[in-house]
Amino acid sequence: MTSHLFSTSTNGETHPLTYRLREDRGYVGLDEFQQKDGYEALRTTLRDLSPDDLIENMKTANLRGRGGGGFSAGTKWSLTARGDEHPRGYIVCNADEMEPGTFKDRMLMQEIPHLLIEGMILAGYANNARMGYIFLRGEYVLAAERIEQALIEAREAGILGPKVCGSDFDFDIFLHTGAGRYICGEETALINSLEGRRANPRSKPPFPGQSGAWGKPTVVNNVETLCNVPAIALHGGEWYQNLSGGRSEDGGTKLFGVSGRVKRPGLVELPMGVSGAELLDMAGGMRDGLELKTWLPGGGSTGFLLPEHLELPLDFDAIGKAGSRLGTGLMTVVAHNQSVVSLTRNLEEFFARESCGWCTPCRDGLPWSVRLLRAIEHGEGEEGDIDMLLSLARDIGPGKTFCAHAPGAAMPLETAIKHFRHEFEAGIRHQKQEAHAEPIPVGSV
Amino acid sequence: MTMDTPATGNTRTSKASQGNLIASAGRLNDFELTDEERHEIEHEMGHYENPRAASIGALKIVQKSRGWVSDGAVIAISDVLGIPSSDIEGVATFYSLIFRQPVGRHVILVCDSSSCFLTGYDELRDAISKELGIGLGQTTGDDRFTLLPVCCLGACDRGPALMIDEDLHGPLEPGDVSALLERYT
Repeated sequence: MTSHLFSTSTNGETHPLTYRLREDRGYVGLDEFQQKDGYEALRTTLRDLSPDDLIENMKTANLRGRGGGGFSAGTKWSLTARGDEHPRGYIVCNADEMEPGTFKDRMLMQEIPHLLIEGMILAGYANNARMGYIFLRGEYVLAAERIEQALIEAREAGILGPKVCGSDFDFDIFLHTGAGRYICGEETALINSLEGRRANPRSKPPFPGQSGAWGKPTVVNNVETLCNVPAIALHGGEWYQNLSGGRSEDGGTKLFGVSGRVKRPGLVELPMGVSGAELLDMAGGMRDGLELKTWLPGGGSTGFLLPEHLELPLDFDAIGKAGSRLGTGLMTVVAHNQSVVSLTRNLEEFFARESCGWCTPCRDGLPWSVRLLRAIEHGEGEEGDIDMLLSLARDIGPGKTFCAHAPGAAMPLETAIKHFRHEFEAGIRHQKQEAHAEPIPVGSV
Repeated sequence: MTMDTPATGNTRTSKASQGNLIASAGRLNDFELTDEERHEIEHEMGHYENPRAASIGALKIVQKSRGWVSDGAVIAISDVLGIPSSDIEGVATFYSLIFRQPVGRHVILVCDSSSCFLTGYDELRDAISKELGIGLGQTTGDDRFTLLPVCCLGACDRGPALMIDEDLHGPLEPGDVSALLERYT
């Protein structure tokens, strides 16, 4: 079973991520991948481009991190410690897809893992890495099988291992599967987990590009980010940037998607800057009898938006200005009959459970928010609870903790209250004047 | 639980165990890794800069064959990797897919994240609970099923979704539960 695609294309110059997918949506093996120009970018780059050239291309492309952070991948690469005075480090693919509402990397890894492998080898070449790890969540069983198969095919063909494609560059990739916990998707927690430790985040600086896995320079990139690299290497950064021409400053295409209370959930590759309205339309609109109430643009750690925001271009800046984040770019659609208090409670339960417990504001603040939300949900909120929730959201916000987990949890909480305060107020048990009422006669109970 | 090969017995002569007397001191004598488990763990160690990185992999290897990770297994793994058993325990208790107590023959991971919540998680979970007579975190009396919540399964387009062992199912209606569970004996 695979995710529905709203539309497809076999044009590599407009759909670099998905044009090689099979009609039957099965596994694209090495032969088929190469028939469709697979590993051409790798061969050309190893022959014609220096690592610096490739990094320049990546910067021009303005490919912003597709795991949700939105940091320029080219800039990240340009900050990696390289050169003779530094040890060769690692490329780590963040394949720990667990952001609520996000199901894009699964599809890429199940259907076209060779694209990821090609992207990782190119990343290794640019960043002078000696090895790559794919950190895959343990539940993605089929993706693990397909990646293993692709790794074997690539090694047998001389694409991985010593002298990649006959060049002087050595690189191999190992598949590392996880054992649960959302926090593993945070890049420094992921490195700790890769090293066999509890997945607590690390203090930055030093950034992983200076000192990451086992103290070596380490580049952590999301699956989709890495899958974009081959096309950028082949066609150039300018071409990639222009893919979104006129719609967004952010370069390229992206896997967008829709889930929730729509008729036909699914995925689609479109240029950055497509609108939420277009996506919702592709998903067949709301299910019969339902109307759109609110939506999350890119996962559980993004802020709620309203129907009026559907016309905004989906890119990092425009969605940021509207008070949310693009995140992973997969919309979660909420219908008119859904209590926003309940949904927020569900989201905060998730973040509270998945807190690694390292930083006090996150470890203690999130369960506190859950207690307040549960009370409000049951009409048992107290006066001041809403202000306390807002205060908590501020106190777990950016800069208060090692990583972005708690700030991610704060965003849906703050925006839910901002847009739907009346629903929260309806859950507050207003103190009547009973405190001053006559004493209850003894013996009457 | 299967006892292992007499070939390795209770003797501890490996380099790793000699270098790890503290861990070994508390060793439970009734647990021994099978040769196959030990080889798999040693193979795993070769993929990283140091043996510690294989700790999660090692726990998964033991759990794959035994269903869960006992106290003795934690100590045995620490012997092979040459790191303190308290470190292995710290890792084992951190990760949600490592089980430190016995689970049923089949583990149900029911996704409780936002998209599944919006499309019927509560009703699905209640239907499973009713069918099996257990709540989240519990195991049926016949040791057939353990029911656990899980983070977004990345199957939001098929919500509400769940996994049973290595199989993904969704979208599911409460009415589908009975027939689905019957497939797992």
